[in-house]
Amino acid sequence: MTATAELAIDVTGVTKRFGGKTVVNGIDLQVETGEIYGFLGPNGSGKTTFIRMLCGLLTPDAGSGTCLGRDILHEQALIKSEVGYMTQRFSYYEDLSIRENLDFIARIYGISDRKAAVDRSLERLGLANRSAQLAGQLSGGWKQRLALAACLIHGPKLLLLDEPTAGVDPKARREFWDEIHRLSTEGITVLITTHYMDEAERCHRLACLAYGNLLVRGTVAEVIDAAHLSTWSVTGADLPALAESLKGQPGVEQVVPFGGTIHVSGRDAPKVEEALAGLCSPGHQRTRIKSGLEDVFIGLMDHAKDNFS
Amino acid sequence: MRAFSFHRLWAIVMKEFIQMRRDRVTFAMMIGIPLLQLTLFGYAINSDPKHLPTALRLADQGPFARTLVAELTHSGYFDVVRVTGSEAEVERLLRLGDVQFVVNIPEDFTRKVLRGERPTVLVEADATDPAATGPAISAVSALASSALDRDLKGALARLRGSAPPVNFEVHAHYNPENITQFNVVPGLMGVVLTMTMVVITALAITRERERGTMENLLATPARPTEVMVGKILPYIAVGYIQVSLILLAARFLFGVPMIGSLTLLYSVSLLFIAANLAMGITFSTLAQNQLQAVQMAFFFFLPSILLSGFMFPFRGMPVWAQWIGTCLPITHFLRIVRGILLKGNGLGEIYPEIWPIALFVLVSMVIGVKRYRQTLD
Repeated sequence: MTATAELAIDVTGVTKRFGGKTVVNGIDLQVETGEIYGFLGPNGSGKTTFIRMLCGLLTPDAGSGTCLGRDILHEQALIKSEVGYMTQRFSYYEDLSIRENLDFIARIYGISDRKAAVDRSLERLGLANRSAQLAGQLSGGWKQRLALAACLIHGPKLLLLDEPTAGVDPKARREFWDEIHRLSTEGITVLITTHYMDEAERCHRLACLAYGNLLVRGTVAEVIDAAHLSTWSVTGADLPALAESLKGQPGVEQVVPFGGTIHVSGRDAPKVEEALAGLCSPGHQRTRIKSGLEDVFIGLMDHAKDNFS
Repeated sequence: MRAFSFHRLWAIVMKEFIQMRRDRVTFAMMIGIPLLQLTLFGYAINSDPKHLPTALRLADQGPFARTLVAELTHSGYFDVVRVTGSEAEVERLLRLGDVQFVVNIPEDFTRKVLRGERPTVLVEADATDPAATGPAISAVSALASSALDRDLKGALARLRGSAPPVNFEVHAHYNPENITQFNVVPGLMGVVLTMTMVVITALAITRERERGTMENLLATPARPTEVMVGKILPYIAVGYIQVSLILLAARFLFGVPMIGSLTLLYSVSLLFIAANLAMGITFSTLAQNQLQAVQMAFFFFLPSILLSGFMFPFRGMPVWAQWIGTCLPITHFLRIVRGILLKGNGLGEIYPEIWPIALFVLVSMVIGVKRYRQTLD
């Protein structure tokens, strides 16, 4: 990503309130063209509301900016025609076949050679031999493919994907991400929300949201570094008891069991070291490891709760 | 495991009650619909309509004529709303449905009674709805022998012979044989359209929202008006198919007369269909789910069928019920359909029934579109 690359999304101070409750609080976001940008945040952190503002479904109460060079406050109609939005919930017609759904969307966007466009997108997503099947009969993975095909049919320059892989099996998830990367190399910008850390790691850049606030952003490495979190892996006997006694020790912020090991993390490394030294018996081995994105994410959320609630 | 456990049964019963309480609209409807039915059936419906508007064409000013008019009024069935000498005017009043009866008292009425010539009083009735005129006509026959009793005393008592001193002749206009189907079948057009159009549109949009497809639709360049109108147009076509089916059945199965212009009827039907669709859309913006939408449609349908003059004579209802009926588009549509088919009414004569429907469309459209906008942001 070069610094001179054109920005697909460039918004500042975007805010939305529902009945006195601030759901999105002054978010600034710059996404470069062709980038895969991940949005990470717990349920109710304002991800969906933010995306709805980007694609013109909601009008921000404050803030300004552009999406694909169009003003998000005044050129919503133009934005809608160049953006593909995949809703969190499957939102195509279950009583229409795959082809009928795609054909309907193609008509809405006024695509000139409709038949060819529908055939192309069926082919590309491997839906060709299922085209007559009713969308309601599809499994989660196939529904997700249909939704992706439908929001790509008009050749959008920006994809807004709201938890696209929820409830999809690992294989389908991997294929989905391969497709997203292919689209990215074609120059399509993708903004994607997710709960899965492995998916977040496949994004070029990330932003973490909590309670409507943007906490941190950058590449995965940058996000992890910015947290200044130190983590140790401990193995040995009687780990549950050790885990219990470690919780609440000064400096220890997270104690997470991972099968035969526990991960202990905290931002103040010497204090964690001290606590471990005090509580571990000779039968325990401890090694310092790199903090994972999940440790960082949970840490951020715990911290955010103190700040905003 | 026991085959039947009261704990498990009770768990399910409790859960149902909690859900019932959560769905406020459904809960309100469970109470509201019985109350509505009680009110409508208990208070509004009357199969013996009285105080029917009557025009009097009076060509005799003698004392017996005045007595006769007083007795007619006294019977409770006839309210004289217009006294005139013009035949054209009474004819017009009857066609417009402004009066139910015209009582013609001929010239020399008093003199003929005195001579024992048993003059004929012509009672013309708008018999499109036989149920509305039936009881009044029976009352007229009873009056023939007794109406002038008060005046025929002393020397005149001889006129109270075996035959009544006056002769009533009843002309049932527009439906001379008092065939109930002639009234019901055209009316059914209004009922069927109300039932299907309101329910279908109320469901069509609620379903789109309930399934989440509305959000998708709104994220496309499709404008809200395009979505609304696009969803309505197919149902207008459905409405016209229903109208045609009923007209065919009316013509070939029931032999209902079709005196007026069918083109006019088809044109006015568009307005009525629009009124019902607008109502359906308004319901769909108020309902949270499809069940609520159906219940609201039913809440609208009940007075439409009971207070419109479809099932029971409109003029038999108390004033408050007539006011509610007047607000419903079907009441006016029924008069239009019966007017065109049975009376041969033209645009000029049905106009007074057209603008209330147009007003209804306007009001419900404004509410509907306003509420629809709110659901977006």
